[in-house]
Amino acid sequence: MARLQLRNLEKDYGSFRAVHGINLDVEDGEFMVLVGPSGCAKSTTLRMIAGLERVTGGEIRIGGELVNDKTPGDRGISMVFQNYALYPHMKVRKNLSFSMRLKRRPGAEIEKATEHVSGMLEIEPLLDRLPKQLSGGQAQRVAVGRALIKKPQVFLFDEPLSNLDAKLRASMRVRITDLHKRLKAEGQQATVIYVTHDQTEAMTMGDRICVMKDGRIMQVADPVTLYNRPANTFVAGFIGSPEMNFLDAEMEGAGNVRAAGQTIALGEDFAHRLSAGSYGEITLGIRPQHLRIALPETPGTLKGKLNHIEFMGHEVYLYVDIGPKRLIAVVPSASYDRGALRDDWVWLSADPKGVHLFDRQTGENISLAA
Amino acid sequence: MAEHVLSQSPSPAQDIDVVRAREMRRHRINAALRYVLLAGVGLLMLYPLIWLIGASFKTNSEIFSNPGFWPENPTLDGYIKGWQTSTPYSFGTFFLNTLWIVIPKVIGTAISCTAVAYGFARFDFPFKKLLFASLIATLLLPNVVTRIPQYLLFRDLGWLDSYLPLWVPSAFAGDAFFVFMLVQFLRAIPRDMEEAACVDGATTWQTLIFIVVPLLMPALISVCLFQFMWTMNDFLGPLIYISSVDKYPVSLALKLSIDTTEAFEWNRVLAMSVLALTPALAVFFLAQKYFIDGISSGGIKG
Repeated sequence: MARLQLRNLEKDYGSFRAVHGINLDVEDGEFMVLVGPSGCAKSTTLRMIAGLERVTGGEIRIGGELVNDKTPGDRGISMVFQNYALYPHMKVRKNLSFSMRLKRRPGAEIEKATEHVSGMLEIEPLLDRLPKQLSGGQAQRVAVGRALIKKPQVFLFDEPLSNLDAKLRASMRVRITDLHKRLKAEGQQATVIYVTHDQTEAMTMGDRICVMKDGRIMQVADPVTLYNRPANTFVAGFIGSPEMNFLDAEMEGAGNVRAAGQTIALGEDFAHRLSAGSYGEITLGIRPQHLRIALPETPGTLKGKLNHIEFMGHEVYLYVDIGPKRLIAVVPSASYDRGALRDDWVWLSADPKGVHLFDRQTGENISLAA
Repeated sequence: MAEHVLSQSPSPAQDIDVVRAREMRRHRINAALRYVLLAGVGLLMLYPLIWLIGASFKTNSEIFSNPGFWPENPTLDGYIKGWQTSTPYSFGTFFLNTLWIVIPKVIGTAISCTAVAYGFARFDFPFKKLLFASLIATLLLPNVVTRIPQYLLFRDLGWLDSYLPLWVPSAFAGDAFFVFMLVQFLRAIPRDMEEAACVDGATTWQTLIFIVVPLLMPALISVCLFQFMWTMNDFLGPLIYISSVDKYPVSLALKLSIDTTEAFEWNRVLAMSVLALTPALAVFFLAQKYFIDGISSGGIKG
């Protein structure tokens, strides 16, 4: 079994604490993405799992076994680095088989494994090339192959696609997820920890996503939950594009919220979603996709001045100024009637299902009760 | 007015050709001047060497009578007699002696400096900064200052009149300059490859041998090259520690032929000097290729 468990994992650099006692369980065969802005210690966490970084406190268990003091080679992991880290003086073939040659495996076995892996990644024609003769995408595939050949318990990916261009990135994304599925189908243990700062990569690839910030885990959930039920303002703002709109607000009776001097009607159902207790200052969060243009002067909608319009083809981005705050609304092209122009007043209604309320002090989502 | 303008330039294409031709001519003259100048200065620099080679084929009397470098009656006399020397040993012995110093010294330097540089560049250990600072400090120490204590030390060890004092210090990374050079080179190489090797299951030594040393090759070749040439040309070291003639390296042996004969046989001295130069030159030109190859292929694609 290749379950990965982190228990109160800590990392200090001198007096600076980079990782604040995180706990994470990754199930066997799961594709877990660590995502967060730069400096959130996601790479440090990955490097601690790999054994390249010493653990200050806490435990790392792979397949139930404590690996804190094991060398990277003995942990049953393999890693794909951001800049490939292929050995420049070895041909692709030797690059792939380096780990097996270190273990003095018989030549026939090495040959077979190299062939199998290169077939899987379609890199057979490249076997006799040097890394400097490869393109970025090819080098990345070789790097994946080098990780694959070890048949590790856990694969670690450290921003493997960030050096590729957008098109190649999209195709590599599919390739890696396909590979993960294939390995699982072949019965290989294929637990993956994948570090990225790109939320698209995280959302499209991960079985579950672990959002991190400043050395702490903000939320661990599958992509749909993460999008629909963000645990706090950070996750809500980080996941989704364009970013969620936030307004300082206060409760106003059941089902009504007052923000920017206007009252927004959210309905009785919404009131049931609120956690018990009293709320002081709150933040209202609405995804741009959950704002709709309402008829003028509709009660319970937000009135604002249309500042800017971006036509994106299948949808339209509307930049609306409500008082000093600017909201973004993304509406389907069909529903944008082109009636509203720049500097016109528009009324926006919020879909209560897409509205979240956060405690302004703690940033916690208080509208997840139901 | 219009007519005037028209008649002024009957064919613009011709004009352009003229201008281009003029430009080309100027370009060629410039290039020719540059090359003449470079060749002249180059010749000036190389002249002593050319003269040396020419003079080694002259007779002893002609060296002083004929100032040109081309020998009137070319003779191999200088080489034949010079090779035999006035001692019971031929120059072959002295070349071999040099080899016995150079080989252990170059190999020892390459191995020890790589290990020490790897340690300084990649590992953290107590007093690392202090140790590295003292290593660099020894660079600033004039050699002369350490000559006498070193001599006394080697005398007490009973190493006088042997090659040990000449190469053993280098085999323990005694040449701070080379360590420094390799450390600087290593610092410029990203650690990723070593980390990848570590994840692949390589031990520290395996990483050093299979990953770091190949990456370090261009720098290592230059270290070996420098050490080879400096050792070949080292005169003071052997002069201090070697006393028996049968152990003399080439650098000392050259002086030998000046000392022992009363009338200096200059053509022999010059002939042997030419021979003494050849290994260093040959190695330099051979290694230059690898040197440049190494530098141009050492880049890591990111």
